Amino acid sequence: MRVVKYVIIGNSAAGIGAVEKIRQLDKSGEITIISSEPHHTYSRPLISYLLQGKTDEQRMKYRDDDFYKRNKCTFLAGKTVTKICPDNKYVELDDKKTIPYDKLLVAAGSSAFVPPIEGLDTVKDKFTFMSLDDARKLQASLGKEKKVLILGAGLIGLKCAEGILDKVKEITVVDLAPRILSSILDDEGARIVQDHLERKGMKFILSSGVKTFDGNTAILDNGASVDSDILVIAVGVRPNTKLLAGIADIDKGIIINDRCETSAKDIYAAGDCTQSVDVSTGQSKIMALLPNAYMQGECAGANMAGADMSFAKAIPMNAIGFFGLHIITAGSYYGDVYTDKKDGGYKKLFYGSDRLNGYILIKNVDKAGIYTSLIRERTPLSSIDFSLICERPGLMAFTKEERVRKLGGADL
Amino acid sequence: MKRVYVNEKWCLACHLCEYYCTFAGTGEKDMARALKGIRTNPRIKIEEKDDISFAVSCRHCKEPLCVKGCITGALTVSDGVVTINSDKCISCFTCILCCPYGAISYADDKTVLKCELCIRTADRTPACVKGCPNGAIVFEERG
Ligand SMILES: Cc1cc2nc3c(=O)[nH]c(=O)nc-3n(C[C@H](O)[C@H](O)[C@H](O)COP(=O)(O)OP(=O)(O)OC[C@H]3O[C@@H](n4cnc5c(N)ncnc54)[C@H](O)[C@@H]3O)c2cc1C
Repeated sequence: MRVVKYVIIGNSAAGIGAVEKIRQLDKSGEITIISSEPHHTYSRPLISYLLQGKTDEQRMKYRDDDFYKRNKCTFLAGKTVTKICPDNKYVELDDKKTIPYDKLLVAAGSSAFVPPIEGLDTVKDKFTFMSLDDARKLQASLGKEKKVLILGAGLIGLKCAEGILDKVKEITVVDLAPRILSSILDDEGARIVQDHLERKGMKFILSSGVKTFDGNTAILDNGASVDSDILVIAVGVRPNTKLLAGIADIDKGIIINDRCETSAKDIYAAGDCTQSVDVSTGQSKIMALLPNAYMQGECAGANMAGADMSFAKAIPMNAIGFFGLHIITAGSYYGDVYTDKKDGGYKKLFYGSDRLNGYILIKNVDKAGIYTSLIRERTPLSSIDFSLICERPGLMAFTKEERVRKLGGADL
Repeated sequence: MKRVYVNEKWCLACHLCEYYCTFAGTGEKDMARALKGIRTNPRIKIEEKDDISFAVSCRHCKEPLCVKGCITGALTVSDGVVTINSDKCISCFTCILCCPYGAISYADDKTVLKCELCIRTADRTPACVKGCPNGAIVFEERG
């Protein structure tokens, strides 16, 4: 049989998921993985833990040092794909080299969105927080006498804040939204987390944006001003879709089906650069999270290698913690609400039409995955003891037959 | 591959499996001494309600969502056993978010706890199975 040439753009969760699956199914195909970043594959979410001193560059590697060798794949580090030629089936690199493919995966991730704010060019020390190089640069400019302004109270902005809080003099976080972590928390939950972060020493200015920068001074749209030595821009990310412009269907992200195929023949896409159906709402959207990226990459890899795999269970889902306060959320927040605020914790379950749609857990996050699976699997709530599972997630809420299957191995 | 399976009909809710599991994790010789005064952090846990009880521990799934979802690469599969590299784990709890069995837990903010089928122990037989007085937890090959 002819040796298949697999080319993968992006050396992170989605790309690695594809490599692992392809190698499992095809021992002889040629795999080339290309990355603009000149590093061994690393865990992107760990960059804040790196600054915090909770990991180091060796331990934050996403796979072992022998990963490329073991999977017999060629890793082109520090090379950027500038063009895809679907007619002649090759990609072109920034050094003008071309690489032919039979099956191509675009796992190009996302980039920080930098809003066009007047005077931004006058700010000397400004950073985004998306990559190991970003983290190294930010680290080099930290100091106990420095004041930091973070634009964006989302996951990335706040993880950055946690990572550097005790390395700087003070941190102020500004966000247009009226609450922090607005993509995963409701007002009440956000309040709990904000109080916790304020107690640790962070300052927040919400429902406000920066109108102009004048060197080290940010003038807010409410007229107030904030002085800082370091600016971190974390207002959001945008999928890297450019490579497929004019080649495949793109909405906000690259559109993929359940097999992670794009609309272009033999071109697949996975991870943060894509948009796909969220089963908790049935709507197509961007779900830029690592577990989804890995599983889409794996699914794309399987199909590239000739198998038939489908990944139709994507939902937004997130586990995040700040200074020991854990938050787990998943799905979408609509329908009836079950609330529980026992023992200083916070639980909300959103349900309707016999299905669990979403949940928020703060502090007590035990067995959260049982709720996640009810959403992912669209389990009819009438088939379980819903009032019991509302109180505490557990296998006890399932029927005896179902438990026997789960614990007796039939489901594996 | 051999896995731990549970037969809830025989479970007495005696919680001995939890003690044996914690003990196996201490590396000590004498159980009573090893467990004296410590908070038990078993990797297997009993669920109980009214007269029903059963033990839950990692199923070592063939398609483990925790491993796929792990953001650090700390969870891997080796010879079918889902293992945790506590050196890499930063306790983000993404595995707890992903596990449909509720089989991953935590004790502190250093690393998560999960059953590794006692592969690191001398006789490679799970301590919970050896310690179960009623044969409600077994270690066997099933399809
Ligand atoms: C600070 C931070 C914290 C996070 N925390 C969490 C968390 O706790 N949980 C969670 O689930 N997710 C988290 N995320 C999101 C998570 O990192 C992403 O969902 C995940 O990395 C997506 O993987 P990916 O493979 O799709 O893309 P990416 O990780 O973005 O990787 C894409 C790669 O492709 C390369 N590339 C792009 N274009 C080209 C090109 N033309 N040529 C060559 N190479 C190219 C890029 O350089 C990059 O290396 C966090 C992100 C950040 C920044």
